[in-house]
Amino acid sequence: MGRVEGKVAFITGAARGQGRSHAVRLAEEGASIIAVDICHDVDLIAMPLATREDLEETVREVEAIGGRIVAREADVRDSAQLEAALADGIAAFGPPDIVVTSAGVVPFVPFPTMSEATWRTTIDVNLTGVYRTVKAALPSMVEAGKGGSIVFISSGIVFRGGGLVVDYASSKAGVVGLMRSLALELGPHGIRVNTIFPTNVLTKMLDNEVFGAVVSNAVNEGRPFESREQRVEAMRGMLAARNMIPLGWIEPKDISEGVLFLASDEARYITSESLRIDLGFGGK
Amino acid sequence: MGRVEGKVAFITGAARGQGRSHAVKLASEGADIIALDICEDLPFAHSPHATPEDLQETVRLVEAAGGRIVARKADVRKRDEVDAVIAEGLEAFGKIDVVIANAAAIQYKNVFDLSVEDFEATLDVNLHGVFNTVQTPVRHMIERNEGGSIILISSGIAYKATPAPDYSAAKTALITFARALANELGPNRIRVNTIEPGYVLSPANDNPKYAERTARLLGREPFATPEEHREALWEQLKPRNMLPVGWVEPEAISNAILWLASDESRYVTSEELKVDAGFADK
Amino acid sequence: MGSTVATGRVAGKVAFITGAARGQGRSHAVKLASEGADIIALDICEDLPFAHSPHATWADMEETVRLVEAAGGRIVARKADVRSREQIDAVLAEGLEAFGKIDVVIANAAAIAYKNVLDITVEEFEATLDVNLHGVFNTVQTPVRHMIERNEGGSIILISSGIAYKATPAPDYSAAKTALITFARALANELGPNRIRVNTIEPGYVLTPALDNDKYGERTAELLGREPFASREEHRAAMWDQFKPRNMLPVGWVEPEAISNAVLWLASDESRYVTAEELKVDAGFADKSA
Repeated sequence: MGRVEGKVAFITGAARGQGRSHAVRLAEEGASIIAVDICHDVDLIAMPLATREDLEETVREVEAIGGRIVAREADVRDSAQLEAALADGIAAFGPPDIVVTSAGVVPFVPFPTMSEATWRTTIDVNLTGVYRTVKAALPSMVEAGKGGSIVFISSGIVFRGGGLVVDYASSKAGVVGLMRSLALELGPHGIRVNTIFPTNVLTKMLDNEVFGAVVSNAVNEGRPFESREQRVEAMRGMLAARNMIPLGWIEPKDISEGVLFLASDEARYITSESLRIDLGFGGK
Repeated sequence: MGRVEGKVAFITGAARGQGRSHAVKLASEGADIIALDICEDLPFAHSPHATPEDLQETVRLVEAAGGRIVARKADVRKRDEVDAVIAEGLEAFGKIDVVIANAAAIQYKNVFDLSVEDFEATLDVNLHGVFNTVQTPVRHMIERNEGGSIILISSGIAYKATPAPDYSAAKTALITFARALANELGPNRIRVNTIEPGYVLSPANDNPKYAERTARLLGREPFATPEEHREALWEQLKPRNMLPVGWVEPEAISNAILWLASDESRYVTSEELKVDAGFADK
Repeated sequence: MGSTVATGRVAGKVAFITGAARGQGRSHAVKLASEGADIIALDICEDLPFAHSPHATWADMEETVRLVEAAGGRIVARKADVRSREQIDAVLAEGLEAFGKIDVVIANAAAIAYKNVLDITVEEFEATLDVNLHGVFNTVQTPVRHMIERNEGGSIILISSGIAYKATPAPDYSAAKTALITFARALANELGPNRIRVNTIEPGYVLTPALDNDKYGERTAELLGREPFASREEHRAAMWDQFKPRNMLPVGWVEPEAISNAVLWLASDESRYVTAEELKVDAGFADKSA
């Protein structure tokens, strides 16, 4: 019997990176997956986002281990898209027991030059998008009366946020305030709400030229790296120095273990909790 | 010599309540004021907001306290309106030393009643409005290179679960906004801090609309007078604080503002300064 | 000496300060006196064997007395060890005899060993807890009883440390200074009905004799892997450069007066509703990003 056997998990940002990892791990432990992702780039966000092929790969990986999945393209800034995707998932599997908000963007722009549009986009995706996701899932969860577990993916940057992430860090902190309020209100319904603060994970969110420029400014005097390998090695050194456990990053599956724990009944009395999975970054 | 002698402070939501109190307190300690307020009701907000007459009264009180003031009706959700007021203020006073992002809006709706549009409306004032309030002064301060003090008004709600997901999200976000900004602007000697007030008695709750809410929450018939409402509110809120008070007066928050605005706190940055009679940790 | 006293921000108040012979404690005594307060002061005035650097001397305390009186304040100053409840209570009794009341308590006395978990023995761990935690209990309890009886409220200020927010290889000091934050929070809850406020201050790096001494100079040189410093100025310059990257504001440390500004604010009625607060004065040390 899997640790989330028979449960239904609604996961945003599921096409690649952390979201895909959560989908696969929860499926491994017996959950059916409702997966959404925007599957295209967003205006003003320089980093490339997932593609439809990415989402199809998530589907393949979940099914390869014997899991069931409904995958839809949906932008967390659009409640109608979220609701439509969820409706398809509910039709297939029933109402969600688990919600994991993994969709997120980070522009990496200095505050003085940050445009209001960029600021608003980051908040719209990372904060309002989380509220939209909850609002989409809540009616069916409450009606089913089985309780549930909502897991917000925030970021360790909330504790030590610095330059280039004022918008990102603010949005991720807003999620914590949301968690506290929702945990209070939904406790009587048996719906728990918790937040995970990951440190850097080597996904496409960091393994790209945009963050590469950040790294080269920090440790290479602004000179571009000669290869991806060189960029990744420089990044590793820069990031490892920030952590108690001297590694540059962790793997998506390390976060998924936390998601799985909080999603399962092993965590049945844990709510309004902040779980750092971050090599000690937030405490250093 | 006043404790903020010669400084210029930009304050949003300055027409009444806490914002007015900050303007008067800083003026009484030697500062000049650039003030704005929306001066009209917001359809989604629970209680009425300030009026143009309120803002005029703030002007009168600031001048009586010995300060000069540029005060304008403006909406923090609109960057061009905010920038226009700042431009006028810079024209009049030549610089900005202090920013107090105080303008806010609150709905008092829980997750079941609060639509996404409602959520966004609150964020528009309480989060995007703060971005708008802060960015132009920051650019000015960086260029001027004389440091500065930015004070964001967060809330005790950041520490105490409350059935208001929009306000919780926005006010909690401000703490990290300040922390990240403090990190980024430290080299420019620009300090960024938040204040977390607890219950404060101001027109935001000392009004008939809010009295209806209090009566409803207490399951009793409507209050006959504002005094009756205040008494019941005091009794309702007092058990939530460590100190035996139902609320603090706006001046208590202004005392903290004054300290953070002055050079007495010149090394204080990325701080969360609670002024809440012990509400957060009760 | 009358005019400052009459209009000072803590005019007419009596403040009890431990570790007052030099450094931050002396600075608080002088600042409060300059704003109208009278001072009850104590300090161990001798070295502690387990502590890294030398502590104050009685000559230091005499200088504090001189400075406080020059600032217009009266002072009762005694040599006393915060680990000894009798010694503290004796000083308090003298102070109450002289001034009739206590309005403010500043638990500032501390000791630091600078040993990591592999090097520190349990005895050493207990030794610093004795000063930094038990010593605070001793400092606070008798004044609290007095304040409850007098029923005019009060302000208790515990000096914690930025170490409470920033992992540091000093388990003893980390434990004690972090404990003080919750000690304050619990005490604030319990004493709220008595209008007694309890807060902590978390200083970052502060340049005082605790750092600005030859013994600490040896430590700095060792940490930086270089030969010993030829002069105090050389040590200070190296220390400034060593600490500066750890702060948001472009400084290596703050001066004791910066902490005293916060002490003054929390001691005065301007902060009358502030309780269970952690007031960092640290140039952004605690939250500095990488």
